[in-house]
Amino acid sequence: MADMHENNTGTLNLKPVHERIRKKSADPSRVMIHVENLHKSYHDLEVLKGVSADVVKGEVVVIIGPSGSGKSTFLRCLNGLEEITCGNVIIDGQNIADKSVNINKARENIGMVFQHFNLFANMNVMRNLTLAPVDLKKATKAEAEARARQLLERVGLLDKADVYPNQLSGGQKQRIAIARALCMNPDIMLFDEPTSALDPEMIGEVLAVMKDLAVEGITMVIVTHEMGFAMEVADRVLFMDGGYIIEEGTPEEIFRSPKHPRTIDFLEKVLGI
Amino acid sequence: MRDILTNYEPFFLQALGQTLLLSLLGLFFGCILGIIFGLMSVVKNRILNAVALVYVNLIRGVPMIVLAFFIYIGVPYALNQYLHAGITLSSLAAGTLCLSLNCGAYMAEIIRAGIQSIDPGQMEAARSLGLSWWRSMYRVVFPQAIRNMIPSIVNQFIITLKDTSILSVIGFPELVNKAQNVIAITFKSFEVWTIVAVMYLVVILILQRVAKLLERRLNRGRYA
Repeated sequence: MADMHENNTGTLNLKPVHERIRKKSADPSRVMIHVENLHKSYHDLEVLKGVSADVVKGEVVVIIGPSGSGKSTFLRCLNGLEEITCGNVIIDGQNIADKSVNINKARENIGMVFQHFNLFANMNVMRNLTLAPVDLKKATKAEAEARARQLLERVGLLDKADVYPNQLSGGQKQRIAIARALCMNPDIMLFDEPTSALDPEMIGEVLAVMKDLAVEGITMVIVTHEMGFAMEVADRVLFMDGGYIIEEGTPEEIFRSPKHPRTIDFLEKVLGI
Repeated sequence: MRDILTNYEPFFLQALGQTLLLSLLGLFFGCILGIIFGLMSVVKNRILNAVALVYVNLIRGVPMIVLAFFIYIGVPYALNQYLHAGITLSSLAAGTLCLSLNCGAYMAEIIRAGIQSIDPGQMEAARSLGLSWWRSMYRVVFPQAIRNMIPSIVNQFIITLKDTSILSVIGFPELVNKAQNVIAITFKSFEVWTIVAVMYLVVILILQRVAKLLERRLNRGRYA
């Protein structure tokens, strides 16, 4: 074990417990996401077998785990993209497992970034960003475009406003996708393996944008395989396997002294030790 | 050939007009039915899915000539015989109904396949922003799907245009029906069928040309 930590530090370039960045809008007393005994099945296959978790305002939670562990499914339950089989998912006081809750309204406050970007192929970048705010009457066209330009500048792609998605690189697409989600001014951002479909040299630019958001204090739930990023940015890491949250803790706790054998086994594999 | 053309030109042109009228009516209502049933087969509702499936399979499983006789003769007969309704159906009404139902079933399949060919991630991304299913369909999925559908839709237009000839059997005065009349008078079957074939061919070539231009225009300067 001691050996592993040595190596661990080497591969991940871990600093000693660093000073956490002060977040502007963090509020630990306000629970943004409250998940209670969440179950999700596809026909006979149970993917989530009773998951409970809380995320407070401004917190950055990273979910790690092997493929098929249910982490993406869990994330997709948080905005109702997956129908919830049983349990409660309370987002900022609203139980989205309840069929009477207007899921479209709830989603306006939850941005999502996908592994495969999913930019609207029939629209240019500007339209991608302004579609939802304008269509949902959150802003006039002019307001939405002004906001979109602001966000494009923030992700460093202002010059791409008139371009169609097929003319962008993967990293650019994902930065645009992040900007698109931010256009609705959500309190919560969900990231579903945002760098997994990227060429290695483009991962950094996307992580930089995400780090920027974390500093700002947006509540973030991130499914990722980027352990270095998790170490640096996460307030809390959840390790999922077999449809359960097996272990959770600060990045230091999870990466330096994992307790559960499956966590140890997983980290050994992904860190290539 | 020439004397037939000179003697019967207005006759043929009128018949062509009837063919085109019936085609347009069939295509118009067929497209409406196709959109309705195509959407019914992709919404998340098992009952609507089943209704669409039954409609498409029923129409695809019955030859159009049988459908034509059923609508033109069978249904009015049943209504009059058993319900004493006193209904007569014009051949135009029956023909339009038959052609629309037929075209609609195939269009529904084209639209279903077109929508399903679009990456589900497009719908998910739109939904994740708070757009409703309908808005996401209308703004994001359908505009992309329609591009993929155009070649199949043009193909279906051509088939529907040609299918009008089947409706000659219920006495609708379109090209084939009228051609038989001309042959009955002149006995010049080779010449008459040649003229009819060429007329269909020309109309369809023009339709294809227009479709190509439309397709090119839609794709100009846009995404691949």
